[in-house]
Amino acid sequence: MAQADAGALASPAATGRPERLRTADGVPLKAALRRAERRRKIAAFFLVAPLLFFILTFFVFPIAQMMWRSVDNPQVVRALPQTLEALQGWDGEGLPGEPVFAALHADFMADMERPRAEQATGPLAVRLNYELSAARSAITRTARQVDGFTAPYREAFLDSHRLWGDPELWRIIQREGRPLTTSYYVAALDREFDSAGNVVQRDEGRRIYVPLFIRTILLSVAITFLTFALGFPIAYYLSILPMRYASLLMICVLLPFWTSLLVRTSAWIVLLQQQGVINSALVAMGIIGDDGRIAMIYNMTGTIVAMTHILLPFMVLPLYSVMRTIPPSYMRAARSLGATPWTAFRRVYFPQTLPGIGAGGVLVFIISIGYYITPALVGGQSGRMISNEIARHMQQSLNWGLAAALGSMLLVGVLVLYWLYNRLVGADSLKFG
Amino acid sequence: MALPAYATTKDKVWYYTFRVICFAIFFFLLAPIIVMIPLSFNAQPFFSFTREMLTLNPEGYSLRWYRDFLGSDSWMRSIRNSFFIGILATILATTLGTVAALGLSRSEMPYKGAIMAILISPMIVPLIISAAGMFFFFSQIGISGTFLGVVLAHAALGTPFVIITVTATLVGFDQSLIRAAASLGASPTRTFFKITMPLILPGVISGALFAFITSFDEIVIVLFVAGPEQRTIPREMWSGIREDISPTILAVATLMVALSVLLLVAIELLRRRSERLRGLTPS
Repeated sequence: MAQADAGALASPAATGRPERLRTADGVPLKAALRRAERRRKIAAFFLVAPLLFFILTFFVFPIAQMMWRSVDNPQVVRALPQTLEALQGWDGEGLPGEPVFAALHADFMADMERPRAEQATGPLAVRLNYELSAARSAITRTARQVDGFTAPYREAFLDSHRLWGDPELWRIIQREGRPLTTSYYVAALDREFDSAGNVVQRDEGRRIYVPLFIRTILLSVAITFLTFALGFPIAYYLSILPMRYASLLMICVLLPFWTSLLVRTSAWIVLLQQQGVINSALVAMGIIGDDGRIAMIYNMTGTIVAMTHILLPFMVLPLYSVMRTIPPSYMRAARSLGATPWTAFRRVYFPQTLPGIGAGGVLVFIISIGYYITPALVGGQSGRMISNEIARHMQQSLNWGLAAALGSMLLVGVLVLYWLYNRLVGADSLKFG
Repeated sequence: MALPAYATTKDKVWYYTFRVICFAIFFFLLAPIIVMIPLSFNAQPFFSFTREMLTLNPEGYSLRWYRDFLGSDSWMRSIRNSFFIGILATILATTLGTVAALGLSRSEMPYKGAIMAILISPMIVPLIISAAGMFFFFSQIGISGTFLGVVLAHAALGTPFVIITVTATLVGFDQSLIRAAASLGASPTRTFFKITMPLILPGVISGALFAFITSFDEIVIVLFVAGPEQRTIPREMWSGIREDISPTILAVATLMVALSVLLLVAIELLRRRSERLRGLTPS
């Protein structure tokens, strides 16, 4: 190294112009440094790589794939290729002509040739049934009888099921005969296609998801506000106490935080149900009659109370960590300059707690907007949230495309909030306990 | 912060009102959990205090719900499952997470922000969406309804906590210690186990505890991905609450509260130790 330095210093004197610094083996110092830095970069990256690969494979990819389902639409294209071709010139009015029915027959016959696991009419029946109930029975019944059909096919199909005579079914086949669809999103926004193919709002009584999204947001706002209203005073109180008392009282916040979610939810069931602790106590004290027990659970009240309790620590902890750093002398200074306690609080103390309020508020809101377990257990009908509807479509109605569309909309909302949260406080500044 | 001698009546009223409000909120936080504990010893299958219980008559109390719990095969299997899945998921999450945190806290790590956002995402994405994604993916690759599937899913959920706690310990980490070890001739592996590991150990352990409790308490993924063989304690409680709610749930809940008290104490001790080791003044 000393040699190289000497050489590097000596050469400008010899040649009369500055020469680039070189390492002992003659590589320009800049290049050597860059290479060393790159090597360190690669080394750092290799430390992260296993986890990155793991999360991308088992977390990010499955979610991306799930979101893809909300637009993926292979069923009609796979099952009815010839019919779709024959339908190309159809104007959507009245019934299509004989050539289309002949193509439909050919598609059904071609499908019967396929091995059972690859048959396309089953998925087709399920897919069309999302758009038009009774489509499933039309397709399965026809698939059983189609073997014996003879020309003219139009009459044969109409005999087999009346739905083949419904222009609506044909319009749906034409519309969904593309590999990608928007119809799940159309349904998720409480809209539908009218006979001219325009997207229109559903009738008042059949709107489900938009009101549910609105309710989810309102419930989350209410829960966020309640956690703030309850969390602010105790965070402040904890922050002004001497450390050893504060640590002791902090247990009141941390114990619920560490207690199982299902334990806390069942605790609220025990307290709030009609035969539960609070109702029985009220009856025993004679405040309400035995027949006047209050319904506090399996409705919206249950969801709000239980979720406020569950999410309160998520508000208190960030608030507390911010309040600890606010010097008490600021308030004293404001008071000594003549501010009333309220003015001093409002103009001096409160603005300094805003980062904590922002962090806690966004955190509680993000968690509550996607909450599933507690609304499912204590929410009843009026306390349901959007997650419960996603779960219902996943497990009961099996309309996975719609579940994916609802889930994607929820996910995009949460990610926007997360981005906001990151801008406000930084994700890695989250602290627990 | 005691009340100063010159406080006016208004100050005094506010001082005491504020404390009453605060203790009411603390009561709201703790009471639901505390109330369950005596009720789990109820001799009757009710969720309210019987007359015998209120008069502290021993007749009113019994251990029947605990016997119920300990004598039930499905509960016992769920305990085994919960610990089995939890421990495996914790080992996986802690190993991957600690190594990644070491990389992430190096200053020369490229694309740090973007990678951090991806690695933290399991904590942010609503569980129902993660569960839906894994439900499809795991059944495609044939690990739906297996222990492997649940362990992988829980490990993915646990890693953000390990990353956060370990990077937090590495913030106060003196990089010159590593250079000192290297200059004294230690190999990188030896440096890691002799120098780095002992210093970041508190962070690693508390991250592991977080990962464990995440898995131990997780229910949504279990509902979607696990089969009947993988029923865990929360899964068993879920059906208990939905189907026939009996005080057995409360007996289980009481034991779970005891477990969380243990974890709480463990985390607090670790935090103090970590601060002492890193020479920070205890805050």
